[in-house]
Amino acid sequence: MRVIVDLDVCQDHGQCVFAAPDIFRLDEEGRLAYVDSPDAALRADAEDAADVCPLQAIRVEG
Amino acid sequence: MERTGRTGIAVVGASLGGLRAAEQLRAAGWHGPITLFGDEPHLPYNRPPLSKAVLAGHALAAGTELRRRPSVEDVEWRLGAAVSAADLMTHTLTLTDGSVHMYEGLVAATGVRPRRLPMPGGPPRHVVRTLEDSAALAAGLAAGARVLVIGSGFIGCEVAATARTAGCVVTVVAPETEPMVLALGPHLARALRRRHEARGVRFHMGRLATELTPEGCVLDDGTELRADLLVEAIGSLPNTEWLAATPGLDLTDGILCDAHLRIGGIPHAVAVGDVARFPNPRYGPVPRRVEHWSVPGDTARHAARTLVATLTGTPRDPAPCAPLPSFWSDQYTLRLQSFGQPALADRSELLEGDPTAPEGDLLYAYYQGPRLIGVAALGGPTATAAAARHRPHLMTLPEPVT
Repeated sequence: MRVIVDLDVCQDHGQCVFAAPDIFRLDEEGRLAYVDSPDAALRADAEDAADVCPLQAIRVEG
Repeated sequence: MERTGRTGIAVVGASLGGLRAAEQLRAAGWHGPITLFGDEPHLPYNRPPLSKAVLAGHALAAGTELRRRPSVEDVEWRLGAAVSAADLMTHTLTLTDGSVHMYEGLVAATGVRPRRLPMPGGPPRHVVRTLEDSAALAAGLAAGARVLVIGSGFIGCEVAATARTAGCVVTVVAPETEPMVLALGPHLARALRRRHEARGVRFHMGRLATELTPEGCVLDDGTELRADLLVEAIGSLPNTEWLAATPGLDLTDGILCDAHLRIGGIPHAVAVGDVARFPNPRYGPVPRRVEHWSVPGDTARHAARTLVATLTGTPRDPAPCAPLPSFWSDQYTLRLQSFGQPALADRSELLEGDPTAPEGDLLYAYYQGPRLIGVAALGGPTATAAAARHRPHLMTLPEPVT
Protein backbone atom coordinates (compact mmCIF):
# COMPACT_ATOMS: atom_id res chain seq x y z
CA MET A 1 0.00 0.00 0.00
CA ARG A 2 1.22 3.49 -0.88
CA VAL A 3 -0.07 6.73 0.58
CA ILE A 4 0.44 9.79 -1.59
CA VAL A 5 -0.29 13.32 -0.39
CA ASP A 6 -0.26 16.29 -2.76
CA LEU A 7 1.55 18.68 -0.44
CA ASP A 8 0.90 21.58 -2.83
CA VAL A 9 -2.79 21.10 -2.17
CA CYS A 10 -2.62 20.13 1.53
CA GLN A 11 -3.57 22.97 3.91
CA ASP A 12 -2.61 21.17 7.14
CA HIS A 13 -6.14 20.79 8.47
CA GLY A 14 -5.15 17.67 10.39
CA GLN A 15 -8.36 15.75 9.77
CA CYS A 16 -6.20 12.84 8.54
CA VAL A 17 -4.28 12.92 11.81
CA PHE A 18 -7.47 12.07 13.64
CA ALA A 19 -8.55 9.42 11.15
CA ALA A 20 -5.20 7.68 10.92
CA PRO A 21 -2.82 8.74 13.69
CA ASP A 22 -0.42 5.89 12.91
CA ILE A 23 0.14 7.29 9.41
CA PHE A 24 -0.24 11.07 9.70
CA ARG A 25 0.92 13.67 12.18
CA LEU A 26 1.39 17.43 12.34
CA ASP A 27 4.92 18.49 13.28
CA GLU A 28 5.73 21.33 15.69
CA GLU A 29 5.36 23.84 12.85
CA GLY A 30 1.94 22.45 12.03
CA ARG A 31 3.09 20.89 8.76
CA LEU A 32 1.91 17.47 7.72
CA ALA A 33 4.27 14.52 8.03
CA TYR A 34 3.27 11.00 7.03
CA VAL A 35 4.38 7.44 6.42
CA ASP A 36 4.22 6.78 2.68
CA SER A 37 4.36 2.97 2.88
CA PRO A 38 2.30 2.06 5.94
CA ASP A 39 1.53 -1.46 7.09
CA ALA A 40 -1.26 -3.08 5.06
CA ALA A 41 -3.26 -3.50 8.26
CA LEU A 42 -3.75 0.27 8.27
CA ARG A 43 -5.59 0.30 4.93
CA ALA A 44 -8.99 1.15 6.39
CA ASP A 45 -7.47 4.02 8.38
CA ALA A 46 -5.67 5.28 5.28
CA GLU A 47 -8.87 5.22 3.24
CA ASP A 48 -10.73 7.02 6.02
CA ALA A 49 -8.01 9.68 6.03
CA ALA A 50 -8.37 10.11 2.27
CA ASP A 51 -12.13 10.51 2.75
CA VAL A 52 -11.88 13.17 5.46
CA CYS A 53 -9.26 15.34 3.77
CA PRO A 54 -11.12 18.60 2.99
CA LEU A 55 -8.83 19.21 0.04
CA GLN A 56 -8.95 15.63 -1.29
CA ALA A 57 -5.15 15.72 -1.28
CA ILE A 58 -4.66 12.11 -0.12
CA ARG A 59 -4.62 9.06 -2.39
CA VAL A 60 -4.20 5.42 -1.38
CA GLU A 61 -2.74 3.11 -4.02
CA GLY A 62 -1.66 -0.52 -4.30
CA MET B 1 -47.93 5.28 -12.73
CA GLU B 2 -44.39 4.15 -13.50
CA ARG B 3 -42.86 1.72 -11.03
CA THR B 4 -39.20 0.89 -11.12
CA GLY B 5 -38.74 -2.69 -10.04
CA ARG B 6 -35.12 -2.39 -8.99
CA THR B 7 -34.83 -2.95 -5.26
CA GLY B 8 -31.73 -2.95 -3.09
CA ILE B 9 -30.76 0.06 -1.05
CA ALA B 10 -32.05 3.55 -1.83
CA VAL B 11 -29.95 6.49 -0.68
CA VAL B 12 -31.95 9.71 -0.66
CA GLY B 13 -29.57 12.63 -0.95
CA ALA B 14 -26.53 12.69 -3.24
CA SER B 15 -24.14 14.99 -1.44
CA LEU B 16 -21.26 14.11 0.88
CA GLY B 17 -23.41 12.00 3.23
CA GLY B 18 -25.07 10.06 0.43
CA LEU B 19 -21.80 9.33 -1.32
CA ARG B 20 -20.09 8.20 1.86
CA ALA B 21 -23.11 6.03 2.68
CA ALA B 22 -22.86 4.27 -0.68
CA GLU B 23 -19.14 3.71 -0.22
CA GLN B 24 -19.59 2.43 3.32
CA LEU B 25 -22.41 0.09 2.28
CA ARG B 26 -19.95 -1.54 -0.10
CA ALA B 27 -17.24 -1.59 2.58
CA ALA B 28 -19.72 -3.25 4.95
CA GLY B 29 -20.29 -6.05 2.44
CA TRP B 30 -23.42 -4.99 0.57
CA HIS B 31 -23.13 -6.29 -3.01
CA GLY B 32 -26.71 -5.63 -4.06
CA PRO B 33 -28.05 -2.66 -6.00
CA ILE B 34 -27.64 0.87 -4.65
CA THR B 35 -29.58 3.80 -6.08
CA LEU B 36 -28.75 7.39 -5.12
CA PHE B 37 -31.40 10.06 -5.53
CA GLY B 38 -30.24 13.69 -5.62
CA ASP B 39 -32.36 16.77 -6.24
CA GLU B 40 -29.38 18.73 -7.58
CA PRO B 41 -28.15 17.98 -11.11
CA HIS B 42 -24.55 17.51 -9.91
CA LEU B 43 -22.55 14.52 -8.76
CA PRO B 44 -21.53 14.96 -5.10
CA TYR B 45 -19.34 18.01 -4.56
CA ASN B 46 -17.43 19.54 -1.70
CA ARG B 47 -19.24 22.41 -0.02
CA PRO B 48 -16.57 24.06 2.20
CA PRO B 49 -14.93 25.91 -0.75
CA LEU B 50 -18.28 27.47 -1.67
CA SER B 51 -17.95 30.15 1.01
CA LYS B 52 -14.20 30.58 0.46
CA ALA B 53 -12.18 29.66 -2.64
CA VAL B 54 -15.11 29.24 -5.04
CA LEU B 55 -16.75 32.40 -3.72
CA ALA B 56 -13.49 34.29 -4.13
CA GLY B 57 -13.10 33.03 -7.69
CA HIS B 58 -9.91 31.13 -6.81
CA ALA B 59 -11.30 27.66 -7.47
CA LEU B 60 -13.42 26.43 -10.31
CA ALA B 61 -16.72 24.91 -9.35
CA ALA B 62 -15.78 21.90 -11.48
CA GLY B 63 -12.81 21.30 -9.15
CA THR B 64 -15.02 20.68 -6.15
CA GLU B 65 -16.44 17.33 -7.27
CA LEU B 66 -15.80 14.74 -4.57
CA ARG B 67 -13.59 11.81 -5.46
CA ARG B 68 -15.55 8.57 -5.46
CA ARG B 69 -14.20 5.18 -4.42
CA PRO B 70 -14.07 2.55 -7.22
CA SER B 71 -16.47 0.43 -5.13
CA VAL B 72 -19.38 2.70 -6.10
CA GLU B 73 -18.84 2.64 -9.86
CA ASP B 74 -21.89 0.41 -10.29
CA VAL B 75 -24.35 2.45 -8.25
CA GLU B 76 -27.23 4.08 -10.09
CA TRP B 77 -27.26 7.85 -9.91
CA ARG B 78 -30.67 9.49 -10.19
CA LEU B 79 -29.61 13.13 -10.30
CA GLY B 80 -32.10 15.95 -10.61
CA ALA B 81 -34.56 13.48 -9.08
CA ALA B 82 -36.15 14.83 -5.93
CA VAL B 83 -37.94 12.40 -3.63
CA SER B 84 -41.21 13.96 -2.55
CA ALA B 85 -42.46 11.24 -0.21
CA ALA B 86 -41.40 8.02 1.46
CA ASP B 87 -43.52 5.35 3.08
CA LEU B 88 -41.21 3.51 5.44
CA MET B 89 -43.85 0.88 6.15
CA THR B 90 -44.27 -0.21 2.52
CA HIS B 91 -40.66 0.56 1.47
CA THR B 92 -41.78 2.98 -1.19
CA LEU B 93 -40.33 6.25 -2.49
CA THR B 94 -42.30 8.66 -4.64
CA LEU B 95 -40.43 11.16 -6.78
CA THR B 96 -41.65 14.61 -7.75
CA ASP B 97 -42.12 13.36 -11.31
CA GLY B 98 -44.64 10.86 -9.95
CA SER B 99 -42.52 7.74 -10.40
CA VAL B 100 -42.35 5.21 -7.59
CA HIS B 101 -39.28 3.32 -6.42
CA MET B 102 -39.31 0.26 -4.16
CA TYR B 103 -36.40 -0.49 -1.85
CA GLU B 104 -35.20 -3.05 0.68
CA GLY B 105 -33.18 -0.62 2.75
CA LEU B 106 -33.19 3.16 2.99
CA VAL B 107 -30.52 5.73 3.82
CA ALA B 108 -31.82 9.24 4.49
CA ALA B 109 -29.09 11.74 3.63
CA THR B 110 -31.09 14.79 2.60
CA GLY B 111 -29.09 17.32 4.59
CA VAL B 112 -30.24 20.86 5.25
CA ARG B 113 -31.20 23.99 3.37
CA PRO B 114 -30.63 27.64 4.33
CA ARG B 115 -33.12 29.25 6.66
CA ARG B 116 -34.46 32.45 5.11
CA LEU B 117 -35.38 35.78 6.65
CA PRO B 118 -39.14 35.92 7.22
CA MET B 119 -39.64 39.24 5.48
CA PRO B 120 -39.96 40.48 1.92
CA GLY B 121 -37.98 43.04 -0.02
CA GLY B 122 -34.43 44.20 0.38
CA PRO B 123 -31.50 44.55 -1.98
CA PRO B 124 -30.52 41.46 -4.05
CA ARG B 125 -30.56 38.56 -1.56
CA HIS B 126 -28.22 35.59 -1.45
CA VAL B 127 -27.66 32.37 0.48
CA VAL B 128 -24.69 29.99 0.28
CA ARG B 129 -25.52 26.32 0.04
CA THR B 130 -25.15 25.15 -3.56
CA LEU B 131 -22.68 25.70 -6.38
CA GLU B 132 -25.21 27.98 -8.04
CA ASP B 133 -25.65 30.00 -4.83
CA SER B 134 -21.90 30.53 -4.56
CA ALA B 135 -21.49 31.51 -8.21
CA ALA B 136 -24.35 34.01 -7.98
CA LEU B 137 -22.91 35.67 -4.88
CA ALA B 138 -19.37 35.69 -6.29
CA ALA B 139 -20.61 37.77 -9.21
CA GLY B 140 -21.67 40.50 -6.78
CA LEU B 141 -18.48 40.72 -4.73
CA ALA B 142 -16.80 43.54 -6.64
CA ALA B 143 -14.36 45.81 -4.79
CA GLY B 144 -16.29 48.59 -3.12
CA ALA B 145 -19.60 46.74 -3.11
CA ARG B 146 -21.50 47.16 0.15
CA VAL B 147 -22.23 43.69 1.50
CA LEU B 148 -24.64 43.18 4.37
CA VAL B 149 -24.35 39.79 6.07
CA ILE B 150 -27.25 38.79 8.31
CA GLY B 151 -26.00 36.09 10.66
CA SER B 152 -22.59 35.46 12.22
CA GLY B 153 -22.14 31.71 12.29
CA PHE B 154 -19.80 29.74 10.05
CA ILE B 155 -21.27 30.91 6.75
CA GLY B 156 -21.74 34.49 7.88
CA CYS B 157 -18.16 34.83 9.14
CA GLU B 158 -16.61 33.07 6.15
CA VAL B 159 -18.59 35.14 3.65
CA ALA B 160 -17.66 38.30 5.55
CA ALA B 161 -13.98 37.38 5.37
CA THR B 162 -14.10 36.44 1.69
CA ALA B 163 -16.04 39.58 0.76
CA ARG B 164 -13.71 41.82 2.77
CA THR B 165 -10.68 40.20 1.15
CA ALA B 166 -12.27 40.99 -2.21
CA GLY B 167 -12.38 44.64 -1.19
CA CYS B 168 -16.05 44.87 -0.32
CA VAL B 169 -17.43 47.07 2.45
CA VAL B 170 -18.77 44.47 4.85
CA THR B 171 -21.27 44.80 7.70
CA VAL B 172 -22.44 41.88 9.84
CA VAL B 173 -25.71 41.92 11.82
CA ALA B 174 -26.62 39.16 14.28
CA PRO B 175 -28.60 38.75 17.50
CA GLU B 176 -25.83 36.99 19.45
CA THR B 177 -23.24 38.74 21.58
CA GLU B 178 -20.28 37.65 19.43
CA PRO B 179 -19.75 35.96 16.04
CA MET B 180 -19.73 32.15 16.21
CA VAL B 181 -20.35 32.39 19.95
CA LEU B 182 -22.48 29.25 20.02
CA ALA B 183 -19.67 27.18 18.53
CA LEU B 184 -16.74 28.85 20.28
CA GLY B 185 -17.90 30.27 23.60
CA PRO B 186 -17.63 33.97 24.48
CA HIS B 187 -13.87 34.36 24.85
CA LEU B 188 -12.64 32.89 21.59
CA ALA B 189 -15.62 34.38 19.77
CA ARG B 190 -14.70 37.86 21.03
CA ALA B 191 -11.13 37.35 19.82
CA LEU B 192 -12.46 36.31 16.43
CA ARG B 193 -14.54 39.50 16.20
CA ARG B 194 -11.50 41.63 17.03
CA ARG B 195 -9.62 40.05 14.14
CA HIS B 196 -12.47 40.70 11.75
CA GLU B 197 -12.71 44.29 12.96
CA ALA B 198 -8.95 44.76 12.55
CA ARG B 199 -9.50 43.89 8.89
CA GLY B 200 -12.32 46.37 8.50
CA VAL B 201 -15.53 44.39 9.00
CA ARG B 202 -18.19 46.24 10.99
CA PHE B 203 -20.45 44.37 13.41
CA HIS B 204 -23.88 45.15 14.83
CA MET B 205 -24.14 42.42 17.43
CA GLY B 206 -27.22 41.93 19.57
CA ARG B 207 -29.33 43.37 16.77
CA LEU B 208 -32.05 42.11 14.45
CA ALA B 209 -33.04 43.37 11.04
CA THR B 210 -36.69 44.37 11.33
CA GLU B 211 -37.24 45.64 7.81
CA LEU B 212 -35.58 45.19 4.44
CA THR B 213 -35.62 48.05 1.98
CA PRO B 214 -34.29 48.25 -1.58
CA GLU B 215 -31.37 50.25 -0.13
CA GLY B 216 -30.54 47.92 2.74
CA CYS B 217 -32.15 47.22 6.09
CA VAL B 218 -33.41 48.78 9.30
CA LEU B 219 -32.29 47.35 12.64
CA ASP B 220 -34.35 47.01 15.79
CA ASP B 221 -32.55 50.01 17.31
CA GLY B 222 -33.54 52.17 14.33
CA THR B 223 -30.15 52.06 12.63
CA GLU B 224 -30.39 52.13 8.84
CA LEU B 225 -27.75 50.19 6.94
CA ARG B 226 -27.21 50.65 3.23
CA ALA B 227 -26.13 47.72 1.11
CA ASP B 228 -25.80 46.65 -2.52
CA LEU B 229 -26.47 43.05 -1.65
CA LEU B 230 -27.55 41.02 1.34
CA VAL B 231 -26.41 37.57 2.44
CA GLU B 232 -28.80 35.51 4.57
CA ALA B 233 -26.68 33.30 6.82
CA ILE B 234 -29.10 32.58 9.65
CA GLY B 235 -28.72 28.84 9.92
CA SER B 236 -30.39 25.92 8.28
CA LEU B 237 -33.48 23.74 8.20
CA PRO B 238 -33.28 19.94 7.92
CA ASN B 239 -34.86 18.49 4.78
CA THR B 240 -37.35 16.10 6.36
CA GLU B 241 -40.67 16.95 4.71
CA TRP B 242 -40.47 13.89 2.46
CA LEU B 243 -40.73 11.68 5.56
CA ALA B 244 -43.76 13.39 7.04
CA ALA B 245 -46.25 10.85 5.70
CA THR B 246 -44.77 8.00 7.72
CA PRO B 247 -46.57 7.97 11.07
CA GLY B 248 -44.68 8.00 14.33
CA LEU B 249 -41.44 9.62 13.22
CA ASP B 250 -39.98 12.47 15.29
CA LEU B 251 -38.95 15.13 12.77
CA THR B 252 -38.90 18.10 15.15
CA ASP B 253 -35.24 18.94 14.40
CA GLY B 254 -33.96 16.55 11.78
CA ILE B 255 -34.69 12.84 11.83
CA LEU B 256 -34.60 11.37 15.31
CA CYS B 257 -32.44 8.22 15.29
CA ASP B 258 -31.30 5.72 17.87
CA ALA B 259 -27.66 5.15 18.81
CA HIS B 260 -27.22 3.06 15.65
CA LEU B 261 -28.72 5.69 13.33
CA ARG B 262 -31.95 3.74 12.80
CA ILE B 263 -34.89 6.02 12.04
CA GLY B 264 -37.68 5.80 14.60
CA GLY B 265 -36.75 2.24 15.52
CA ILE B 266 -37.41 1.04 11.96
CA PRO B 267 -34.71 -1.53 11.22
CA HIS B 268 -34.57 -1.04 7.43
CA ALA B 269 -34.04 2.72 7.49
CA VAL B 270 -31.08 4.77 8.70
CA ALA B 271 -30.09 8.44 8.52
CA VAL B 272 -26.69 10.09 8.06
CA GLY B 273 -25.13 13.52 8.05
CA ASP B 274 -26.63 16.93 8.85
CA VAL B 275 -30.20 15.65 8.88
CA ALA B 276 -29.63 12.91 11.49
CA ARG B 277 -30.36 13.68 15.16
CA PHE B 278 -28.73 11.01 17.27
CA PRO B 279 -27.33 10.54 20.77
CA ASN B 280 -23.54 10.63 21.04
CA PRO B 281 -22.60 8.89 24.30
CA ARG B 282 -19.42 10.96 24.54
CA TYR B 283 -21.64 13.92 25.42
CA GLY B 284 -24.63 12.42 27.20
CA PRO B 285 -27.97 10.94 26.16
CA VAL B 286 -29.50 13.96 24.41
CA PRO B 287 -29.89 13.38 20.64
CA ARG B 288 -28.40 16.21 18.58
CA ARG B 289 -27.81 17.16 14.98
CA VAL B 290 -24.21 18.10 14.22
CA GLU B 291 -23.55 20.09 11.05
CA HIS B 292 -19.80 19.56 10.96
CA TRP B 293 -18.01 18.36 7.85
CA SER B 294 -16.69 15.22 9.53
CA VAL B 295 -20.09 13.93 10.62
CA PRO B 296 -21.44 12.62 7.28
CA GLY B 297 -18.45 10.32 6.99
CA ASP B 298 -18.63 9.14 10.59
CA THR B 299 -22.36 8.52 10.56
CA ALA B 300 -22.25 6.89 7.12
CA ARG B 301 -19.79 4.28 8.34
CA HIS B 302 -21.91 3.37 11.33
CA ALA B 303 -25.27 3.57 9.57
CA ALA B 304 -24.05 1.39 6.69
CA ARG B 305 -22.94 -1.33 9.10
CA THR B 306 -26.29 -1.14 10.88
CA LEU B 307 -28.29 -1.43 7.67
CA VAL B 308 -26.20 -4.18 6.07
CA ALA B 309 -26.38 -6.26 9.26
CA THR B 310 -30.16 -5.89 9.22
CA LEU B 311 -30.57 -6.75 5.54
CA THR B 312 -28.21 -9.72 5.59
CA GLY B 313 -29.27 -11.04 8.99
CA THR B 314 -25.76 -10.89 10.38
CA PRO B 315 -24.80 -9.71 13.88
CA ARG B 316 -24.55 -5.98 14.41
CA ASP B 317 -21.75 -4.12 16.12
CA PRO B 318 -23.21 -3.41 19.60
CA ALA B 319 -21.17 -0.21 20.10
CA PRO B 320 -23.15 3.02 19.61
CA CYS B 321 -22.21 5.65 17.05
CA ALA B 322 -19.85 7.95 18.95
CA PRO B 323 -17.96 10.23 16.58
CA LEU B 324 -15.50 12.83 17.78
CA PRO B 325 -16.79 16.00 16.11
CA SER B 326 -14.35 18.36 14.52
CA PHE B 327 -14.68 21.49 12.48
CA TRP B 328 -12.53 24.11 10.88
CA SER B 329 -13.18 27.47 9.37
CA ASP B 330 -10.86 29.51 7.14
CA GLN B 331 -11.32 33.27 7.44
CA TYR B 332 -8.75 35.55 5.77
CA THR B 333 -5.50 33.67 6.37
CA LEU B 334 -6.75 32.58 9.80
CA ARG B 335 -7.55 28.97 10.56
CA LEU B 336 -10.11 28.19 13.22
CA GLN B 337 -9.90 24.57 14.28
CA SER B 338 -11.99 22.68 16.83
CA PHE B 339 -12.03 19.14 18.10
CA GLY B 340 -14.69 17.77 20.45
CA GLN B 341 -17.84 19.68 21.46
CA PRO B 342 -16.97 23.20 22.70
CA ALA B 343 -20.61 24.20 22.19
CA LEU B 344 -21.62 22.06 25.18
CA ALA B 345 -19.03 23.48 27.58
CA ASP B 346 -19.90 25.39 30.71
CA ARG B 347 -16.50 27.10 30.80
CA SER B 348 -13.40 27.60 28.70
CA GLU B 349 -9.80 28.13 29.68
CA LEU B 350 -7.09 29.93 27.71
CA LEU B 351 -4.14 27.57 27.22
CA GLU B 352 -1.98 29.61 24.85
CA GLY B 353 -1.86 33.10 23.39
CA ASP B 354 -3.13 36.61 24.10
CA PRO B 355 -6.78 37.06 23.14
CA THR B 356 -6.51 40.87 23.14
CA ALA B 357 -3.69 40.87 20.57
CA PRO B 358 -4.72 41.47 16.96
CA GLU B 359 -2.70 38.48 15.74
CA GLY B 360 -1.02 35.34 17.07
CA ASP B 361 -2.15 31.84 17.94
CA LEU B 362 -4.86 31.18 20.53
CA LEU B 363 -5.70 27.83 22.08
CA TYR B 364 -8.67 27.23 24.37
CA ALA B 365 -9.78 24.15 26.30
CA TYR B 366 -13.47 23.58 27.01
CA TYR B 367 -14.89 21.84 30.06
CA GLN B 368 -18.20 20.41 31.16
CA GLY B 369 -17.74 20.25 34.91
CA PRO B 370 -14.31 18.68 35.37
CA ARG B 371 -14.29 16.95 32.00
CA LEU B 372 -12.35 18.24 28.99
CA ILE B 373 -14.86 18.05 26.12
CA GLY B 374 -13.23 20.18 23.45
CA VAL B 375 -10.29 22.23 22.26
CA ALA B 376 -10.32 25.04 19.73
CA ALA B 377 -7.52 27.03 18.15
CA LEU B 378 -7.39 30.24 16.13
CA GLY B 379 -4.32 31.34 14.21
CA GLY B 380 -1.89 29.60 11.92
CA PRO B 381 -0.74 26.02 11.39
CA THR B 382 0.98 25.83 14.77
CA ALA B 383 -2.37 26.52 16.44
CA THR B 384 -3.92 23.60 14.60
CA ALA B 385 -1.05 21.37 15.63
CA ALA B 386 -1.45 22.42 19.25
CA ALA B 387 -5.14 21.57 19.14
CA ALA B 388 -4.44 18.22 17.52
CA ARG B 389 -2.06 17.30 20.35
CA HIS B 390 -5.09 17.09 22.64
CA ARG B 391 -6.62 14.34 20.53
CA PRO B 392 -5.79 11.45 22.93
CA HIS B 393 -7.63 13.18 25.79
CA LEU B 394 -10.69 13.87 23.66
CA MET B 395 -10.83 10.36 22.22
CA THR B 396 -11.35 8.85 25.65
CA LEU B 397 -14.99 7.89 25.76
CA PRO B 398 -16.25 9.11 29.12
CA GLU B 399 -19.06 7.57 31.09
CA PRO B 400 -22.37 8.79 29.66
CA VAL B 401 -23.75 11.77 31.52
CA THR B 402 -27.27 10.99 32.67
